[in-house]
Amino acid sequence: MTYEPVLTKGIGELDLADIEVYESQGGYQALRKAMTQMSSSEVHEEVKKSGLRGRGGAGFPAGVKWGFLPDDGRPRYMCCNADESEPGTFNNKMLIEYNPHLLIEGILLASYAARCAQSFFYIRGEFKRGYEILVKALAQARAKGYVGENILGSDYRQEITVHRGAGAYICGEETGLLSSLEGGRGEPRLKPPFPAVSGLYGMPTIVNNVETLCNVPFIVDRGADWFLSIGTEKSPGPKIFSVSGCVQRPGNYELPLGVTLRELIEEHAGGLRPGSTLKAVQPGGASSPVLLPDKLDIQLDFDSVPAAGSILGTAGVMVFDQNACMVRTALYYADFFSHESCGQCTPCREGTAWTSRILRRLENGQGAPHDLAVLRALKGTMSGTTICLLSDFSITFLQSVLTHFEDEFAAHAAGEACGLQTREVRSA
Amino acid sequence: MSSPAWVVERKGEIKEILSRYPYEKSAVMPLLHLAQDERGWIADEDIEAIARILETTPASVESVCSFYSLFHRTPKGRYVITVCGNIQCGLSGADPLTRHFEERLGIKVGQTTDDGLISLLVTGECVAACDGAPAVQVNLEYCGHVTLERADQIIAAIRAGDDAKAISDRFGISPKKAG
Repeated sequence: MTYEPVLTKGIGELDLADIEVYESQGGYQALRKAMTQMSSSEVHEEVKKSGLRGRGGAGFPAGVKWGFLPDDGRPRYMCCNADESEPGTFNNKMLIEYNPHLLIEGILLASYAARCAQSFFYIRGEFKRGYEILVKALAQARAKGYVGENILGSDYRQEITVHRGAGAYICGEETGLLSSLEGGRGEPRLKPPFPAVSGLYGMPTIVNNVETLCNVPFIVDRGADWFLSIGTEKSPGPKIFSVSGCVQRPGNYELPLGVTLRELIEEHAGGLRPGSTLKAVQPGGASSPVLLPDKLDIQLDFDSVPAAGSILGTAGVMVFDQNACMVRTALYYADFFSHESCGQCTPCREGTAWTSRILRRLENGQGAPHDLAVLRALKGTMSGTTICLLSDFSITFLQSVLTHFEDEFAAHAAGEACGLQTREVRSA
Repeated sequence: MSSPAWVVERKGEIKEILSRYPYEKSAVMPLLHLAQDERGWIADEDIEAIARILETTPASVESVCSFYSLFHRTPKGRYVITVCGNIQCGLSGADPLTRHFEERLGIKVGQTTDDGLISLLVTGECVAACDGAPAVQVNLEYCGHVTLERADQIIAAIRAGDDAKAISDRFGISPKKAG
């Protein structure tokens, strides 16, 4: 199967951040088409028909989400979640740095379809270069009449604000993002009300991921049927998979949804590194349960991965070999989630800290046999008991490795030495 | 009540920042970024100045500031080296790399060299550079595949006065060609 990339086409070869180069490759044609030939509801219908599902993790159909905004005369806002922070995920960063105009064209079309009064990019604080590139690209787009008043001679007006975060994983959670954008601490809010009803400044708000928005210009330009011809029936379209770990060629690979895990790892990422034996794969970032090597032939889409016991999540595919100690790996995540818990909810604030402490004891050979039972019991106390899903997600990997690699945990609890080795660092 | 110089010197920019949002309170983070951009960290007088601009209390600005790990409330070196300590970098040697930086710089994580040039930090957040693990950021500019040798070269480039962007252009991570 040969697939011709669209989202990443030209990256690494052309300077697509330059508006002239982007236009020479067909850029802003979709916006022109929408402004001259399509009403906002026609754009909305096309995206709905395409079945585009959100690329941020949940996989919710974007067009359906846009339809949730109540038509009550209040201003509506569009927020692009560019706070990519899920460990193992780095495809948004590439799109922002190397194809910023595609993202700008995407948000312009999405805001047109959902009739939003203003658009915001919430970009991760660590993406300083990406922020500067996006701000520069936006100035170019404004100078060309793509942003601002009477876009391309139409009645459509759209202002876009780039808002830079400052280092908080929780701001990637959509209501945490909104709290932060409003000028507060990035604390998530209870849902309902959902952002579509009461979001930014209490107004109807859409939050879409970078990659989701980047698909929109192609859907408008080429039509929903083209989009539906890629991927699977229920997970149409292309997806950028971020592959890291013990593979020969870690990197971003744009492929149709439904590609097998085996093809992604063995063909595109070059297979395992010499000396590596596959131990486990996390298909969707830190929050996804592990898959064992017997699941290599599953398809990577929004339905097949859950059927195999994990989630597609952010499609940050992390490949672990025999040297990756699962206790140590769980400890890295536990430390991370403990630091990133916003602290509002007791089960999360205390639970993540205790998880981290117990795992550190185990890792240091000071664990006790009952530690494993305590870790297993977290599922009851940390899942479904908090405002947002950070607490739930902080233990999904742990619970899966407690099941699949029980021996490793038992050995640590018995004080046995860990054979973890770090990988050899290779130069670029 | 004295104000930091940026309140006057960057007046136009502050006005533009406030105009970006339907409600000015949203400007607290960009103003904190602006203040930090001036001196590399955020002082009490910056917090107070931002509170005056936004017509709120210093405590309210402080509560926002303290939530975000990239806002520094203590002085930092002209260059901040941040080692990514999350999973893929961790499994690729971020810990020995951090110890190497500590030895070469003669400081511990969280400290700044005596000449005020370099601060060393480790972040638990994944910096989204797993294809270049282990990765570090120099003033938030990316460097990837940081072997101990490359770590020494990065320090040398800093000491030679190279700009963080130039360092990243030399030690950064290139995207794969599509297809």
